[in-house]
Amino acid sequence: MTSYLNVNGRQHAVEADPATPLLYVLRGELGLNGAKYGCGLGQCGACTVMVDGKAVFSCLMPVRALAGRAITTIEGLGDVTTPNPVQQAFQEVQAAQCGYCIAGMIMRAQSLLETNAAPSDEEIRVHMQPNLCRCGTHSRILRAVRSASDKLSLKGSPAGTK
Amino acid sequence: MTIDPLLSRRSFLASGGIVVAFALAGPALGQLAGGGEGSAGPPVLNPSLPGSLKSSPYLDSWIQIDPEGRATVFTGKAELGQGIRTALMQVAAEELDLPPRSVTLVTVDTSRTPDEGLTAGSHSMQDSGAAIRNAAANVRMHLERSAAKMLGVAVDAVVTQGDGTITARDGRSVSYAEIAASLSLHVEAIADAPRRQAGDFRTMGTNVPRLDIPAKTTGGAAFIQDMRLPGMLHARVVRGPSEGTRLLLPPEAEIRAMPGLFKFVRNGNFQAVLAEREWDAIGLMRALQASPFELARDPFPTGAVGETLKGLPSRDIRIVDVHQPAGQPVKRLSSRFSRPWLSHGSIGPSCALAMFDHDLLTIWTHSQGTFDVRRVAADLLGMSIEKIRAIHVEGSGCYGQNGADDVAAEAALLALQVPGRPVRLQWMREQEFGWEPLGPGMITELSAGIDANNRIVEWRHEVWSNPHNNRPVNAGGVLVGNEVSPPFPIPEGKPIPMPEGDGSRNSNPLYDLPNMDVVYHFVKDMPIRVSALRSLGAHLNVFSIESMFDELADAAGQDPLAFRLAHMADERARQVMRSASGAFGWKDRKKTGQFHGFGMGFARYKNLGAHCAVFLEVAVNQDTGRISVRRAAASVDCGEPVSPDGIANQVEGAIIQSLSWCTREAVTNTGTLRTSFDWSEYPIMRFLDVPESIEVTVEKQSGQPFLGVAECGQGPASAALANAVADATGVRFRDMPLSPERVRAAIVTL
Repeated sequence: MTSYLNVNGRQHAVEADPATPLLYVLRGELGLNGAKYGCGLGQCGACTVMVDGKAVFSCLMPVRALAGRAITTIEGLGDVTTPNPVQQAFQEVQAAQCGYCIAGMIMRAQSLLETNAAPSDEEIRVHMQPNLCRCGTHSRILRAVRSASDKLSLKGSPAGTK
Repeated sequence: MTIDPLLSRRSFLASGGIVVAFALAGPALGQLAGGGEGSAGPPVLNPSLPGSLKSSPYLDSWIQIDPEGRATVFTGKAELGQGIRTALMQVAAEELDLPPRSVTLVTVDTSRTPDEGLTAGSHSMQDSGAAIRNAAANVRMHLERSAAKMLGVAVDAVVTQGDGTITARDGRSVSYAEIAASLSLHVEAIADAPRRQAGDFRTMGTNVPRLDIPAKTTGGAAFIQDMRLPGMLHARVVRGPSEGTRLLLPPEAEIRAMPGLFKFVRNGNFQAVLAEREWDAIGLMRALQASPFELARDPFPTGAVGETLKGLPSRDIRIVDVHQPAGQPVKRLSSRFSRPWLSHGSIGPSCALAMFDHDLLTIWTHSQGTFDVRRVAADLLGMSIEKIRAIHVEGSGCYGQNGADDVAAEAALLALQVPGRPVRLQWMREQEFGWEPLGPGMITELSAGIDANNRIVEWRHEVWSNPHNNRPVNAGGVLVGNEVSPPFPIPEGKPIPMPEGDGSRNSNPLYDLPNMDVVYHFVKDMPIRVSALRSLGAHLNVFSIESMFDELADAAGQDPLAFRLAHMADERARQVMRSASGAFGWKDRKKTGQFHGFGMGFARYKNLGAHCAVFLEVAVNQDTGRISVRRAAASVDCGEPVSPDGIANQVEGAIIQSLSWCTREAVTNTGTLRTSFDWSEYPIMRFLDVPESIEVTVEKQSGQPFLGVAECGQGPASAALANAVADATGVRFRDMPLSPERVRAAIVTL
């Protein structure tokens, strides 16, 4: 069956069982790498993407729930040559070890900064709580989100997408 | 994946450069090669050379200079998220005196790079860093000699400029590109090629941004999970819920009729499904895994770790036996410590790709032992090892032996069933938790005595542990090898001898104690599948020693730092303790109330690796038992620092991971099943739990040999936590994890 998905501003016709989790469509049908399989249970956040600006677990979200909604993956924020402010902050702080969780971390941070460009440190921690990192990169991730927020709130603009 | 390693290999060879026979030694087995964890490895050919040059002494095994004057550098180590790709590139760029952008680093690939054994045990800088540094210094020496000859001047009259050129005093210069065409690097390294000096460094000791981070932050193809080969099939293994269980599947005809199935593969008790689409493979796997299962092994132990280990036969290995005249003990203390079985907890379950085409098997793996993956596949499939190529591609962090080796062998077996079609196999979350080898549970018993002058005059340390050294080097070491018909037997576990040790690692205190008895009760029989977890036995041994030091300091009425310094002669150990305590503000620490405290821990990893001291400030909630780590300060001495920020990143991560182990982690099981099969049953630290700040000092040790850093913080951080909690609550916790339930039970009525 054909589902129509709006991913990173582009419309895609996808042949998939409507019960298929978005993660497998993004990776398998659209060839996107950012969202990762971690647990398939919504417990780790490696698969985090944004739907209508809100961070969601793409491993749980079936494509049938996504018609007419705007899906944003890390590929929609910026690329290697023009990273967006959040990606840039993660690069500047070197906020990765193995990096398997990092695309999900960036997407969750992005969803916060789009609605609250100047969160408190506590608000950042609470917001990032659903996402797991096993390498222990947490303090750098928090610094990167803080740094992105500081730059964005200086500019007075919410975290933009490409 | 945009880069096809086969293709880039061909284009690399086609690009010419120095054409030489590739100087790779044939596969051979030598115990205790690189990694210190007893994997197979190549034999030593020239013991006088540094690092892995000992086994691969020819320069062109390590470095090739192309006609544009750019260098390709080959390492037998793997990027595991520890930043080694960038650090080794920095080492090569420094000694070749090239800008980092002119150096391409190729990581472990059985067709291209030297065999450096495992990427484990914090050995990569010692083995590969030292080899590449010296190989590069040799290459620079040859480049300078050629330049001098071409310019008609003496060799000491030419200088490299850092940009791929060599200049004579009269200003004339020649480029590496011009030299490359006539320079053969198929020569053996010498041990004393002149190395660049710290004052002249352009790249080493600076924070070059990690090469892998741009792709990882922008959705690039950064991981093995992101590889997509043309015609690729998706596979899932079909197993019972956890280690040792066996499914009772429906008749094969029924399985073969399932919609979406490309192929069902069965060999003995190994089963897998192949499908064109990943979600179909998962659906098929789930449908089949709903079948009934039985336990096809002895029941799991369900008692305490000490009870389990002491109930099994053990062999006593004397680790330290030192007896010198000393004062009479006036106070004696005895304590027992324990750690449960731990999961590696990789965020991304293990994955591998394999393709069998034109009689050649290629395996893409994130295993720490790429050459071992090839050995295992050859044994499992009865193939000639020359017909198998294994290539490392980054996976999720592993922190030891997770399912990576198992899944690589499984993908290889499946690829043989579908010639010409690449197979991608990823385990599911519950398979990783249910089937991976765990970090072994361990116990220790320590006793010590101090004399009237508060000197430690007696010290006894006993440790009970399974082998941590079960890295597969043949088919019996991987799950599929035990499942096929006929099965390969599980190899008998063996201890790693000191000085590296396994369960015994770091059981020998670095402190100056006149009398020491240290015994390793090696428990060969493994009631739960186990293998290496970051730092092996050092985690519990350091936890025990450093807890005991605080208990003794308390008995002596001394400050824990002063008490340690009074028993430590090693100047580098003293230095990390002093600098971390200074950064932490140890001397001026002040408790602001009940259940607030401070603690420290120290170790030199294996007594021959990096020195690391960790200081923590904690607050403990009396009603919930929850420990909050407010801040951490650490200092690390890992020899000449190549990438200071990379070192700090590793130590920050080590502290957080160790605190997670120590405060909440334990694999749980019944007699039949592992029951911690997801993150709700095996919680790890999340953002609200991590220290508010972590400050890491990297000691400058110009000219000192490289020492690995990744594992040095595991013991000290857990020890500092227990010591800080004891300081805060007055209660000494000796059994990990220091979970809220345990802490609350002990302090709620204080």
